[in-house]
Amino acid sequence: MTAGRAQDGRRLRDVLLGGGPLATHQGPYFGEFGGRFVPEALVAALDELETAYHKALADPAFSDELERLHRTYTGRPSPLTEVPRFARHVGDGVRVFLKREDLNHTGSHKINNVLGQALLVKRMGKKRVIAETGAGQHGVATATAAALLDLDCTIYMGEEDTQRQALNVARMQLLGATVVPVAIGSRTLKDAINEALRDWVANVDTTHYLLGTVTGPHPFPEMVRDFHKVIGDEARAQLLDETGRLPDAVAACVGGGSNAMGIFNAFLDDPEVRLFGFEAGGAGVDSGRHAARFSGGSPGVLQGTRSYLLQDEDGQTLPSHSVSAGLDYPSVGPEHAWLHDIGRAQYRPVTDDEAMDAFRVLCRTEGIIPAIESAHALAGAIQLGREAATWSTDGHEPVVLVNLSGRGDKDVATAAAWFGLIEDEPVVKADEGEQL
Amino acid sequence: MSTTQVRSSTGERLDALATGESPRAALVGYLPVGFPSVPGSARAARTMVEAGVDVVELGMPYSDPVMDGPVIQRAVDHALAQGTRVRDTLRVVEQIADAGAPVLVMTYWNLVLRYGVDAYARDLAAAGGAGLITPDLVPDEAAQWLAAADDHALDRVFLVAPSSTPERLASTVAASRGFVYAASTMGVTGERTTVGDRAEQLVADTRAAGAPRVCVGLGVSRPEQAAQVAAYADGVIVGSALVRALLDAPDESAGLDALATTVGGLAEGVRSARRVAR
Repeated sequence: MTAGRAQDGRRLRDVLLGGGPLATHQGPYFGEFGGRFVPEALVAALDELETAYHKALADPAFSDELERLHRTYTGRPSPLTEVPRFARHVGDGVRVFLKREDLNHTGSHKINNVLGQALLVKRMGKKRVIAETGAGQHGVATATAAALLDLDCTIYMGEEDTQRQALNVARMQLLGATVVPVAIGSRTLKDAINEALRDWVANVDTTHYLLGTVTGPHPFPEMVRDFHKVIGDEARAQLLDETGRLPDAVAACVGGGSNAMGIFNAFLDDPEVRLFGFEAGGAGVDSGRHAARFSGGSPGVLQGTRSYLLQDEDGQTLPSHSVSAGLDYPSVGPEHAWLHDIGRAQYRPVTDDEAMDAFRVLCRTEGIIPAIESAHALAGAIQLGREAATWSTDGHEPVVLVNLSGRGDKDVATAAAWFGLIEDEPVVKADEGEQL
Repeated sequence: MSTTQVRSSTGERLDALATGESPRAALVGYLPVGFPSVPGSARAARTMVEAGVDVVELGMPYSDPVMDGPVIQRAVDHALAQGTRVRDTLRVVEQIADAGAPVLVMTYWNLVLRYGVDAYARDLAAAGGAGLITPDLVPDEAAQWLAAADDHALDRVFLVAPSSTPERLASTVAASRGFVYAASTMGVTGERTTVGDRAEQLVADTRAAGAPRVCVGLGVSRPEQAAQVAAYADGVIVGSALVRALLDAPDESAGLDALATTVGGLAEGVRSARRVAR
């Protein structure tokens, strides 16, 4: 973003918010996006959740408890790692720092939101949580929190995904959760969400829907962002400590968009920090096989919120595609849609090939196996490296902060097949999964 | 709100039944467009009216029907797989508008948003449709639709649920025209052995909030259930049981026969109800 564009962003912000900070913007609406497009039966529960959440925010005991859990259980603060050998693939003189959400308990940023919501569930007096999952990361995190806090737990997962991710199904079962295969529609993540919503409508008195990303009806986008903003808050302080300045650019992958909102949030009101979200370009946006909602979609309503989505001429949801399970979702969080429209963040597609190349580079240069989702952010950083020379950085070396949202243990089979390390294994390119 | 200035064809039908020689509740029958085929769904809707349905609810097939249970999901999946389009719904409305029953379209909101809210209202009115039932649109998000429905004299059927607070009952009733759809239970569409015991109270509460007409849906599938609900509600809404009649049949003609039989039993149930004075 040029300085002019940053100023435009600031001016727009003034118009939209009367000059208020972007970082604390509350729902239900983010510009023309967000809202609550749900059956009336769920409105009372969403109101209850919103009230409980705002009450908890005002109660120091809640943040103390969450902070304690993050310190003693999640392993926060997560480190900030400078990756100079990887940075050579990004560009001459560019410094790259990774925010290491991959080192959290359960292996990704997902735990930040899950623990926050699970504590709220206890406060609301509910005994049961349900959640959707694609590849299983959010399901595993939810099953983990349910075990820790003594909650009944049911995870909805597309039948196709339960077969492809049998190991994660076993993990969830080991943790005491019931995993329900969803055998309708496209049998993947989108349908798992539909089924979780149906369960919620029927059992809302006793059950909380522990939604895994910054989508869905209000207050989920705002609340899930808030539970993840610790990522950006920590990274900002760590980077200032390390370099004495803010990053020139922040890169994150965007499925539903929770890890991206988490790291963007701390920089939203620093117009000089460029924010980049990288969505799954799949086989290429022109191929029609992708999950690029911004470059290949249009505004509409899906699963409770108005945002950008993949839809046909009639408004029927189109299937998404990505090598990355967690980016393979036809819609995106409404706050991202708003940041896109006001020009505060830019969203670009990264193809399967680019992401897997970056995956290999990080493995080989830094000894870190990233989640394939996070590899999209790494590939994005490599794209940014080509334009970093044009950034005005007052003579400093350009600094790119990348959110390494998860680790790649879950992706070893996919990657091994992709790189031909395993004979006679089909390349699993069409994995559907939960949105990161 | 200027709702009283707009005529409601559904409301007039319900009022006529409630004040006729043998006052009774209406039977509202749901079928999705495109099942078993687009022309087949028009024939099925006509069959339904001839067999005793007073108000038709035509479903627009949608890829993500979160308020529908397995029976309707199966039919809708089939309709979409066959390439059923939004404009097919308008065509079927037009084809059955003269069948003798007001035709409401039941639709998830994105389909109307994509078409254009005002354009859809205009084309639905032109096709002879009576209005919309909107299961995933609450009045809070419906400003465009409220205006378009007034401009094109269409009914706006919103839902209330056992979880609705008195404040929400009041705002939903105020935004509705034609009737208010009371969900008998917390759940999705489908046949159930008993109609939710919160339904009668919900109807009473919704009337107390100012609704002139309240119809009950979700889980009503058998004649005795229809009779039970018809005793206290202005209409009985049946969907999955009718779709099942078509789904289970070996061919279309057998399906239409089964549909007529099912509707006949339900219509009998509605007529046999002992009406509770309002």
